[in-house]
Amino acid sequence: MFPCLNPSDVQDGGFSFNNCSRNAALESSFSESSSKPPKARKTGTTIAGIVFKDGVILGADTRATDDMVVADKNCVKIHCIAPKIYCCGAGVAADAQITKQILASNVELHTLNTGRPPLVAMVTRTLKQMLFRYRGQVNSSLIVGGVDVDGAHLYSVYPHGSYDKLPFVTLGSGAEAAVSVFEDRFKPNMELEEGKQLVRDAIAAGIFCDLGSGSNVDLCVITQAGASFLRGFDKPTTKGRREGSYMYKPGTTAVLTKTVTPFCLDVIDQSVHAMDTK
Amino acid sequence: MLGGAGPELVTEEVKTGTTIIAVEFNGGVVLGSDSRVSAGDAVVNRVMNKLSPLHDRIYCALSGSAADAQTMAEVVNHQLDVHSIEIGEDPLVCSAATLVKNISYKYKEELMAHLIVAGWDRKDGGQVFATLNGLLTRLPFAIGGSGSFYVYGFVDAEYRKGMSRDECQQFVLNTLSLAMTRDGSSGGVAFLVTIDQHSTEEKIILPKHLPKFFNQ
Repeated sequence: MFPCLNPSDVQDGGFSFNNCSRNAALESSFSESSSKPPKARKTGTTIAGIVFKDGVILGADTRATDDMVVADKNCVKIHCIAPKIYCCGAGVAADAQITKQILASNVELHTLNTGRPPLVAMVTRTLKQMLFRYRGQVNSSLIVGGVDVDGAHLYSVYPHGSYDKLPFVTLGSGAEAAVSVFEDRFKPNMELEEGKQLVRDAIAAGIFCDLGSGSNVDLCVITQAGASFLRGFDKPTTKGRREGSYMYKPGTTAVLTKTVTPFCLDVIDQSVHAMDTK
Repeated sequence: MLGGAGPELVTEEVKTGTTIIAVEFNGGVVLGSDSRVSAGDAVVNRVMNKLSPLHDRIYCALSGSAADAQTMAEVVNHQLDVHSIEIGEDPLVCSAATLVKNISYKYKEELMAHLIVAGWDRKDGGQVFATLNGLLTRLPFAIGGSGSFYVYGFVDAEYRKGMSRDECQQFVLNTLSLAMTRDGSSGGVAFLVTIDQHSTEEKIILPKHLPKFFNQ
């Protein structure tokens, strides 16, 4: 029921935990030498979601970071799990992406098995059972939002497998910046345009106030009618246009005298080196 | 978001730094909890209901790691459903507490959660069980969570045998209010569940309606 993963078990396919015993040994050597182990780094993302009058709106930034360098300026963090259920992922990119793919595949099989459109609660349960099984080693936090026969639902799921069902959620390193916007301006049963603007503002707060988040805002609006993925809904960080010119105009400095001295040069040697263009 | 080494970048675990309490009265039980869930320094959910149903007249209060506690409660909920179909009637509170204790004890190294189980059944009326670390003990009242350490003195001094239903509810609210004021990991609103033979009543008490004590 709660299988305990032994790092020395042979794995074929799935996640590899070969480094767990090494990490445990490193951690114990740190505590002996009374220096602190490296602190867990929150990987950069701002993702958010709200429930509005007709459904849910999910939002995400588009920056992918590799340590302190931006690896991808325009990546996609919102993925489709079912026609009316979408998922935003934060945490280690590989873990989040593969988790979403596994989830989408399992949900499709479940749909074919039951012959009914999936419930958001079912997607969340599948996800959290998988994350719980891996004891937090799959470092991805996800926001699951969608519309099903019971209405609109929004869940946030954490790497260890706990989940919360709330009217608005934020995750990622920019979560604190984004949730402050929601705490101030969220109201139940908002209209579509007001909701989109609110989620856009929350993600923008993450983009500007968190170093790990940046670039553009992607939105996904899901209602009973269907889902629409608004890629690049807003680009608050496009380079601005320079207001003035910083080149000095010719004639700014007065010319007092002008002297021309020609150099007499003869060609004494000439050689040709072919460039290796293969 | 790409790269970085693997498992050591685990996010701060989500804990329900919490205050939970359950009290028995003649004919039922009262359970109470705060609503704060924290991950490191940040509050990730300020309105979580930590009183989780195991059956119609049996609830449990969650504390410790949020993932472990939620999963334990859901597993026991499922097991109790199967058990009650097998015996053909409502399960005993003792059965529910035993199922929780079995999981707590068997996986005590891997799981970090403490569930207080309380409810009403036809055989013994209202009962409260503590299942910390795999023990199983019936108590007249039980408190748990990080905030409980601040109020052990209060509950020991203020608890009296034979309190009525309303007095128990007031006792629970007073305890929660004191703990939520002093413990940084507890806060938000207070959830109250009162279970007796006839009904299971769930209430939410907003901070402005909680009892007020010394607070400069």
